[in-house]
Amino acid sequence: MSANPSLSLNLVSDVRQLLTFPFMVNALEAGTIVAVLSAVVGWYMVLRRQAFAGHTLSVMAFPGATGAALIGLPTALGYYVACAAAAVTIRGRGRGHRGETATIGTVQATGLAAGFLFLSLNHQVLAGPETLLFGTFLGVSRGQVLGLLVVALVAIFALALCARPLLLATIDREVARAGGLPVRVLDAAFLLILALAVAATSQITGALLVFALLVAPPAAAQQLTARPLPGLALSVVFGLLIVWLGLGVAYFSPYPVGFWTTTFAFGLYLLAVAARRLIGSRA
Amino acid sequence: MFAHDFVRNAYLAGTLIALACGMVGYLVVLRSQVFAGDALSHVAFVGAIGAAVLGFDVRVGLFVLTIAVASGMAALGRRGQADDTVIGIVFAWILGIGILLITLLATSAQGGQGIEATNTLFGSIYELSAGAAQIAALVGLLVAAAVAVAFRPLLLSTIDSELATIRGIRVRALGAAFLIALAVVTAESTQAVGALLLLGLLAAPAGAAHQLTSRPYVGLMLSGALAVLAVWGGLALSYAIASLPPSSAIIGLAALFYALATLLRRLRSNRGPAGGPGGSRDPNRRRILMLRAKGDPAATRRTSSQPIG
Repeated sequence: MSANPSLSLNLVSDVRQLLTFPFMVNALEAGTIVAVLSAVVGWYMVLRRQAFAGHTLSVMAFPGATGAALIGLPTALGYYVACAAAAVTIRGRGRGHRGETATIGTVQATGLAAGFLFLSLNHQVLAGPETLLFGTFLGVSRGQVLGLLVVALVAIFALALCARPLLLATIDREVARAGGLPVRVLDAAFLLILALAVAATSQITGALLVFALLVAPPAAAQQLTARPLPGLALSVVFGLLIVWLGLGVAYFSPYPVGFWTTTFAFGLYLLAVAARRLIGSRA
Repeated sequence: MFAHDFVRNAYLAGTLIALACGMVGYLVVLRSQVFAGDALSHVAFVGAIGAAVLGFDVRVGLFVLTIAVASGMAALGRRGQADDTVIGIVFAWILGIGILLITLLATSAQGGQGIEATNTLFGSIYELSAGAAQIAALVGLLVAAAVAVAFRPLLLSTIDSELATIRGIRVRALGAAFLIALAVVTAESTQAVGALLLLGLLAAPAGAAHQLTSRPYVGLMLSGALAVLAVWGGLALSYAIASLPPSSAIIGLAALFYALATLLRRLRSNRGPAGGPGGSRDPNRRRILMLRAKGDPAATRRTSSQPIG
């Protein structure tokens, strides 16, 4: 996988070497939780074509963190509040109407503008704006891992509760509405779950890299199968693969985790597209 | 306040960039491509860092990469538009490369210099030099003029691509040309006024205009005018209040326009949906009905045989 000379051929000893450092263990655990969460939630997001909404929610980390720093609240709380507020605002005008992207773009720009304002009002220097954008994969604490686990369980449980109706409402809105499903409530519920997942993920991967985990694994899985359960399972497998490979390779190389995870994500998607073409041409 | 050079420069560049963003934005919103614009502004950032690493002029890297990615998006998607998911994946990877480049830049010998170069690129609208302001104004003016000239075929190919094809418009090529225009305005405004301002000016005034009127030309003008108004008001506000960053003030105003437009539209539609031609609630159908009112045979056939919405 890697041409790095410090890597031995014995994979077991390499992994053992990786796991001797507590920060690597924390990173791997946090990465695993985040990979599963974003692969599951992302599967719905990709199916619903809400990637832009997902990106906008991930950017809300910036006003969330700066706002929390301004009034002296914990950063994580700021993330969740800002993401949820943005989700509610985006949903306000419903989904699928013309100009939906205008709403989302306006929300994103407003969030960023608010972030800048908070930053300029808060005269003390914020702990590294780069951390905000590019994450603290290798600086995750024990408490953060536990917090993540709780959030992930809540989000996945909530998604499991509305999984079937949400699927129907996504695939055929009219039929779902005719069948008496509360389509607009489902829209809102999903955006809130997405907000939760994004807020949790962006604390680990950074606001800009959420996408590597939220879009690529589900998009690759949906290239290969249209069936929901195998698709979800495949998406989770891809997500785990990206995170583990990314962390492992980054440990043995001088380049950052963010670069490796996004590159593996992109490569995986390309492979999935190629595989589908291959299967399609043989059939 | 106009006694200061930096204020004059900001107003010169801001006005024309805003005009271009507002006008391009009107079509961007109609074509649901705000995400593409957002992605391109991040691409511009990576292009600039890449150029700094390789030792090129930062401007060149920025324009080249942004236009190249826009062309790629056009080639990948149908109708010269890229799919949301594809944008997301490419976007994430390009940002990943950006992180790699930042690392390389920070560890290389002339790192400090390069970082400074990229920092100045994304400086505030109040830090523009006279020359940079003139270039930004010129680019803004050119893009606004191009959109005004190509507006009719662009509009038609957006709302009804079949009708446009019948009329002999090359829909795909036009879509690609539009994405490239978007890339140019993105690249220029990202370095002149910042990516944040670009996104806000692209989405909010246009979103407001779409809610206030369904008449295309009026909407185009309104979108441009609202964007310019947001910049003028925002610059004045941030000049008056020292702790208010100009970009936050401008975006705040633009978002306020958007919120007011939403409110106005709700009030209007509560008064009861108007029936009959021209009163349809679906703006696309309304536009086609308007074309039919002008006696376009193709539009007549289309509305009668397959109603939209």
